[in-house]
Amino acid sequence: MDLLNAIITLSNFVIIPAIAYGSQLALGALGVTLIYGILRFSNFAHGDTMAFGTMVTILVTWLFQSWGISLGVLPTALLALPFGIAGCAAFVLLTDRAVYRFYRTQKAKPVILVIVSMGVMFIMNGVVRFIIGPDDHNFSDGERFIISARTFREMTGLQEGLAIRTSTGITVITAIVVVALLFWFLNKTRTGKSMRAYSDNEDLALLSGINPERVVLVTWVIVAALATVAGTLYGLDKSFKAFTYFQLLLPIFASAIVGGLGSPVGAIAGGFVIAFSEVTITYAWKKVITYVLPDGMGPDGLVQLLSTDYKFAVSFIILLVVLLFRPTGLFKGKSV
Amino acid sequence: MSTSNPYQDDRGNKDRSIANPGGQGTAEARRKSGPVTGAPDTPFLIGENMTGGYGKGPDILHECTIAVDRGEIAVIVGPNGAGKSTAMKAVFGMLDVRSGRVLLDGEDITTLTPQDRVIKGMGFVPQTHNIFTSMTVEENLEMGAFIRTDDFRDTMAQVYDLFPILKEKRRQPAGELSGGQRQQVAVGRALMTRPKVLMLDEPTAGVSPIVMDELFDRIIEVARTGIPILMVEQNARQALEIADKGYVLVQGRNAFTDTGKALMADPEVRRSFLGG
Repeated sequence: MDLLNAIITLSNFVIIPAIAYGSQLALGALGVTLIYGILRFSNFAHGDTMAFGTMVTILVTWLFQSWGISLGVLPTALLALPFGIAGCAAFVLLTDRAVYRFYRTQKAKPVILVIVSMGVMFIMNGVVRFIIGPDDHNFSDGERFIISARTFREMTGLQEGLAIRTSTGITVITAIVVVALLFWFLNKTRTGKSMRAYSDNEDLALLSGINPERVVLVTWVIVAALATVAGTLYGLDKSFKAFTYFQLLLPIFASAIVGGLGSPVGAIAGGFVIAFSEVTITYAWKKVITYVLPDGMGPDGLVQLLSTDYKFAVSFIILLVVLLFRPTGLFKGKSV
Repeated sequence: MSTSNPYQDDRGNKDRSIANPGGQGTAEARRKSGPVTGAPDTPFLIGENMTGGYGKGPDILHECTIAVDRGEIAVIVGPNGAGKSTAMKAVFGMLDVRSGRVLLDGEDITTLTPQDRVIKGMGFVPQTHNIFTSMTVEENLEMGAFIRTDDFRDTMAQVYDLFPILKEKRRQPAGELSGGQRQQVAVGRALMTRPKVLMLDEPTAGVSPIVMDELFDRIIEVARTGIPILMVEQNARQALEIADKGYVLVQGRNAFTDTGKALMADPEVRRSFLGG
């Protein structure tokens, strides 16, 4: 019975949150990896693109809420998500027109685009704070739990509860659907294949009649969609704050690099590796260990390897180790 | 080619975790084509008195003329640095032709971009980076047919008939194939548009002599289907044997022009370029 309690505690505080966080990171890392593969630079503005898309979603959610429109048990944000994606895509395409296109025409080296994206990052950062403010916003509504800890305890008679939050369920399901759609698009459709061709060999793609501007446009739209979905899911799960989204850049980059930059499968795997490491290392294991060990042998301390304040150190360390020992990532991307 | 553009200076950055150097192109994607004018009674494809070079650089070609007619194989040979590949790129619109003109099928296409020349019916196989290495053989062929809106399955079947090994390996990434097989993918990709003329830039570069013989056989087979072929070749002797027309270039100028057989028999050509 104690072992069962230990497993339930572990699932409740480590496995389920890490799966949700991993899905969010995977979606973010997919966007980064697509930009890296097709537009050939690391997009530092990705965290703020997520923030922008989420902000539009939140504003539309508030509008819907004021009109009394809701999705019942599901959060209203899901209904606002398409508008968020559209808004984010429009903003990103505008940025491409105003900024990136100039450098593309100049055949600028990728490293120059990296610096350019940093400038875009600061502007987006400012725009988001200007519109919605720097504060925390909670915009999730509807039913909070699929199974709450108390219901679970009553159902099973166990001491420990297992809560599955609605946002977690939505995150996992949405992530699976979005990833399946993306892979189908990249591998089966004509446009998706032309994007891969452009990523592989720009000149030959041009000679094959593939229009580079169209490839770039479709890429930005997909990236905007991925970023908005990832951002909204993260916001539903936790809360929305512009600065937190900017900080997400590090675990997202770490995920993309750990998985192998340019490899979509790698981005997903990397997302889960980072999420699980972060959660397990910052989790206080006292309760689980007390259940597993014989009575009276439980530890006195919290058995927490690292305070949650230092969670970014985990991404950093994994990033360093991967770059030192396996620079191409888990799934061989373009060799880093 | 011009390094004066500050945006093209990466200041020595080698960090691939932020910048992806793979597959970046050099072609100007956003250049617009000029008008096409009629030019009747000329050879099927001719680059006439072409003078020009890359970007703002010096002239590499001087009054160079290259032509191929229906049902022919024309071969450009010459010593290293003679401007063979440059002449072919000039015909394909990949460098600035400052004087002279390029005519295809009775039309003046001098001001067209390479992509528009492909639509006009030119198939071009570059010397290097001529396949999509991360995509399967079949996807490579599909991408070759990208500009076609009709059903291209019969063309793909024809390509597979011509290169049976590709049919066997059609689900394999093209980057995993051998050198000779890659060249077959490259030629197959160019054939997917059903081009009116096929241009090959050193198709046998870097393959073994046995594979080279096989590739030459395949090229002759392609020519027999009625597609005129313009080809740059390092292996002058073998190339001239199969050529209807040969161009010997020296320092960007036409040195000798004749049928392949006549060039092979010419004592001066033999002495200078064919090793006796």
